[in-house]
Amino acid sequence: MIQVRELTKAYGNKAVVEKVSVDIHPGKITSFIGPNGAGKSTLLSMVSRLLDADTGEVLVDNNNVKKMKSNEFSKRVSILKQSNFMNVRLTIRELVSFGRFPHSKGRLQADDIQIVNQALDYMDLMSMQHMYLEELSGGQRQRAFIAMVIAQDTDYILLDEPLNNLDMKHSVQIMKILRRLVNELGKTVVIVLHDINFASVYSDRIVALKEGRVVKDGPTNDIINSESLREIYDMDIPIQQMNNCRICVYFNS
Amino acid sequence: MRNRTKMLILTVAALVFCGLYLFEGLNGSYDYALPRRGIKVVAMALTGVAIAYSTVIFQTITHNRILTPSIMGLDSLYILLQTVLIFFLGSTHVTIVNKQVNFVLSVGAMVIFALLLYQFLFKAGKRPIYFLLLVGIIVGTFFQSISTFLQVLIDPNEFLRVQDKSFASFNNINGDLVWWALGILIITLIIGWRKFNELDVLSLGRDTAINLGVNHDKIVKTMLILSSVLIAVSTALVGPITFFGLIVANLSYQFFKTYKHSILIAGASVMSIIALVGGQWIVERVFTFSTTLSVIINFVGGAYFIYLLLKESRSA
Repeated sequence: MIQVRELTKAYGNKAVVEKVSVDIHPGKITSFIGPNGAGKSTLLSMVSRLLDADTGEVLVDNNNVKKMKSNEFSKRVSILKQSNFMNVRLTIRELVSFGRFPHSKGRLQADDIQIVNQALDYMDLMSMQHMYLEELSGGQRQRAFIAMVIAQDTDYILLDEPLNNLDMKHSVQIMKILRRLVNELGKTVVIVLHDINFASVYSDRIVALKEGRVVKDGPTNDIINSESLREIYDMDIPIQQMNNCRICVYFNS
Repeated sequence: MRNRTKMLILTVAALVFCGLYLFEGLNGSYDYALPRRGIKVVAMALTGVAIAYSTVIFQTITHNRILTPSIMGLDSLYILLQTVLIFFLGSTHVTIVNKQVNFVLSVGAMVIFALLLYQFLFKAGKRPIYFLLLVGIIVGTFFQSISTFLQVLIDPNEFLRVQDKSFASFNNINGDLVWWALGILIITLIIGWRKFNELDVLSLGRDTAINLGVNHDKIVKTMLILSSVLIAVSTALVGPITFFGLIVANLSYQFFKTYKHSILIAGASVMSIIALVGGQWIVERVFTFSTTLSVIINFVGGAYFIYLLLKESRSA
């Protein structure tokens, strides 16, 4: 379990995240939702130690993140940010192999290579493993980065808006893979999402943020209803039940 | 495998140039000419390796392929220091005439300056590295302006001494200093060697590097200090060669097409040796000293710099 305790981050006088406490339940997909500027990505960055919190603490399996060695942390928690600019030309296979770095320190052993192969297989990238990243479409690139995170083989996987700039087909593909990671491999996934319908259909729990504070936190079914959504988004959103999915019809509300 | 072949070819070429420089036209002067040529070859090789090594690690931690550590104001600090010494103490003072004293002063000033800069910037909260570059460029320009101001006031003969110090030259290198510099270079190589894998990860960007368990701030700090020490040593030994690091680092990226720093740094180092020893051989034996190597390097490097800028702007 990841426990977030009273995390605060302020830029100048403006608190972007204010005294946020959340528990991330293991073996579940937890979605962070909320309007723009609610502090979702900032919160995720602080949990994954990409950003230092002003106050508060994060505990991973009862270990304080600040006291953990960076390498130790990277064997338990992985994070994938939205933009992945880099200066070097890499093939998919080379990128995915980097996922083993916390374990191998750059010298791949036989079992590392096997895990890389599994990750490539899992993301259906084996046939194009020697292609360079810049030759790939947005969806393929995103899959390559997720394969790297899978190769990293952490219990917790944090993703910051992984569906950005992806079309419907690829978005669904990625969400299904995340669902499989949780169901088949017992991973814990935390994901920042903009589309509440993806959150509604795929996540087990939802944490809703607004102006740097948690306004809702609970199982998906308790959050996806018109009253809660009004509180989060200040919009009247009708909910339609379709094939066991709750769909929020927000387009003309 | 193919990179290994490339490295082999480069190494052979470097050895050929070293052999050519050492033995061509020696006329049996083993006692006089050979040791003098030998010390120059060692000096050129270690300057080349120091510049190549420091440029590659600097470009990786700053995530760019055009700026080099010289831009952080180290070159201009070196020239300022020489100008100030000559302006206030005269060109016959011990700090100018005695090369050991001058070397220690120069290296000390540059390293202390770099440390102060980083300390100031890292202490003042986590600023982005671009802020550091910007401060470096501004401080560098400030140093240059002071130097120019003092040089305008100075006696013309003294000015010649300043000019002499402002251009890289391999023609009168102090033997003792070469061994000191070599010692420092070997220490920095030992410190840096084990971190090459982490540098590979760092080229994936800050966030990905942290995700993969690299202690980002610590390695950036270590590498900035290493690259400043290296530039300080090579500049104090032969003088500033502004564009040289840019050429060899980028040639190495283009030639080897890999992310592995062990290969990139070794490649850039061997290319540096070829360029310096081969270039010096051409300057001495073909042009018979009618020009200097640093003029050629800055000419070729400047042209290459413009090419890189144009290429970058087209791809952006």
